[in-house]
Amino acid sequence: MAAQSKKVLYGLYNDEEELKSAIKTANAQHLNIMDVFTPFPVHGLDPILGLKESRLHIMGFIYGSIGALFAFLAMTWIFTSDWPIVFGGKPYWSVPAFIPIVFENTVLYSAWGMTITFYTVCGMWPGVKAKTLDDRITDDKFCIAFDVSEAAEGDVKNLQGFFTQTGAAEVNVKTM
Amino acid sequence: MSQPVAPVRHVLIEGNKSYHNITEDLCSPTEKTPSREWIVVFAMSTALVGLYVFSITWTVWKGIGTWNLNRTINWGWDITNFVWWIGIGHAGTLISAILLLFRQRWRTGVNRAAEAMTIFAVICAGQFPIFHMGRVWMAMFTIPFPNTRGPLWVNFNSPLLWDIFAISTYFSVSVLFWYTGLVPDLATIRDRATGFRRKMYDMFSFGWTGSAKHWQRHESLSLVLAGLSTPLVLSVHTIVSFDFATSVIPGWHTTIFPPYFVAGAVFSGFAMVQTLMIITRKVLGLKEYITINHIESMNKVIVLTGTIVGVAYLTELFVAWYSGYIYEQFAFYNRVFGPYWWSYFGMMFCNVVSPQLFWSRSIRRSVWWTFFMSIIINIGMWFERFVIIPTTLSRDFLPSSWSLYSPTWVEISMFLGTMGVFFFCYLIFTRVAPVVAIAEVKAILKVAGDQYIGPKANKSHGHSHGEPSKKEVGEG
Repeated sequence: MAAQSKKVLYGLYNDEEELKSAIKTANAQHLNIMDVFTPFPVHGLDPILGLKESRLHIMGFIYGSIGALFAFLAMTWIFTSDWPIVFGGKPYWSVPAFIPIVFENTVLYSAWGMTITFYTVCGMWPGVKAKTLDDRITDDKFCIAFDVSEAAEGDVKNLQGFFTQTGAAEVNVKTM
Repeated sequence: MSQPVAPVRHVLIEGNKSYHNITEDLCSPTEKTPSREWIVVFAMSTALVGLYVFSITWTVWKGIGTWNLNRTINWGWDITNFVWWIGIGHAGTLISAILLLFRQRWRTGVNRAAEAMTIFAVICAGQFPIFHMGRVWMAMFTIPFPNTRGPLWVNFNSPLLWDIFAISTYFSVSVLFWYTGLVPDLATIRDRATGFRRKMYDMFSFGWTGSAKHWQRHESLSLVLAGLSTPLVLSVHTIVSFDFATSVIPGWHTTIFPPYFVAGAVFSGFAMVQTLMIITRKVLGLKEYITINHIESMNKVIVLTGTIVGVAYLTELFVAWYSGYIYEQFAFYNRVFGPYWWSYFGMMFCNVVSPQLFWSRSIRRSVWWTFFMSIIINIGMWFERFVIIPTTLSRDFLPSSWSLYSPTWVEISMFLGTMGVFFFCYLIFTRVAPVVAIAEVKAILKVAGDQYIGPKANKSHGHSHGEPSKKEVGEG
């Protein structure tokens, strides 16, 4: 992945409302925000950051459909051609009796598929070392980060000015 | 935060908390040495786990002849306990999934612990059917794969197999939902820890950073998992009831079973959540997060589901009489006035009569009453399953095969042992993870914290944002 380390300039805010107004200011000044980190999901952040709606639920639907089809076709194949057995005089292909298992398999595939997709696209797995900028981001600080690896001196000054202007409690630089 | 504050909204976080206070309060139980109460209860649970291991070893070694089941009553304490435990699990999913969809904010105080309870209760439930198989090493034959003698498969038309699918799906989806919700909170603990603890939490928090995009996906995932869990939880107890309802035994063969089982499951589950949360909030000092308002909300669910269960009992009796079918009528006559009459009246008293006390606001808001009632309801719901299973079986079609049943010490030990397993797991959980969802509580602070709403709201609060208007604050 990214071989060279990144130099990140970040500011910490004490409140999510300050964070949101700072992001709006950054948008107005055409500053290129690398990422925003918060201790909890802050509502109203996605539109101002220009984040598109997650497509995870579409994947959930696809996985669920695969689960449903797999269960239905497997039971159909088993009871009609692989090993047909008469249970209580019912037809081999007793579709209503398949409903519970088709349903359970739909949920199973959808839930597992989505969860695995979620962790994969977020780059999260057991043992992944968290690239945290500051330990207090999971506590009570709201962070805006800029990538300044290739920024000129003036740009960095400009960003620091932005942080001061928007009321950031702290401004730091970290190489990660 | 700019939406108006609804006048019906309750204070859910007391004590004028800041975000940092929330982190401190909720992480600290995992960071301190355990209290003496914790150690005492943990020692008792471990002893019961020992009893559990002994009783299942005895069962497997000697065979299930060590249980007092007989040819007439072939399901006794085992399936009673199985259904009881599965039912208890349902409250966790209801709180975390259904209340999420209904946007009930009070769920945030109790959802994490309730979900953990679900998982541990399902583990306990699973023990009974597995060991009832007798030759427990044959349990793998419930998994659909062609066996070694040819491509002979399991019976996909059997409710018992549906149960295998339902409960294993329920268990694994509950674990995913619970753990995914836990990841940001484990990251919070990680960022406060040092040394070896930090390494461990680093591993278990999967590298969570709190990035805006990750939160967005996390919320999307939680919402869809909630949407999936809602029909799932209803299907689980529906299918458990199919174990009975699709049989041709009078007293079991009724269409009312699925809704009645689901309502009963939620009822008993909430009672268990109350039992656990009342102890937890006291021992871990979380009264400001699990408030009287939370307890009252849960008691409202209890009175609703208890009443649904009561209506179901009476409907069953009425339909049995109205059916004109003598076997059905006899089955219900036998339930009420037969040899196990005491369990029927115990069930009626504990599940139908006693929860009606919760129509009184002062009883709903009393911690002691709630604790006492939660125990009564747990006993009552155990009686319900006992009434349905051994009582019905004891008087079958042939009077010559009528029988009675009482458990042996092995069955009693196994039941007590699963209690030990349950509390053992729960106590460990309180030591390694926050019992209240940290991030979710922070997310509702500004709409449910006492400095923002309610009579104690700080009207001259220095924020230029988020605080409710004066009119809304004035509402008590």
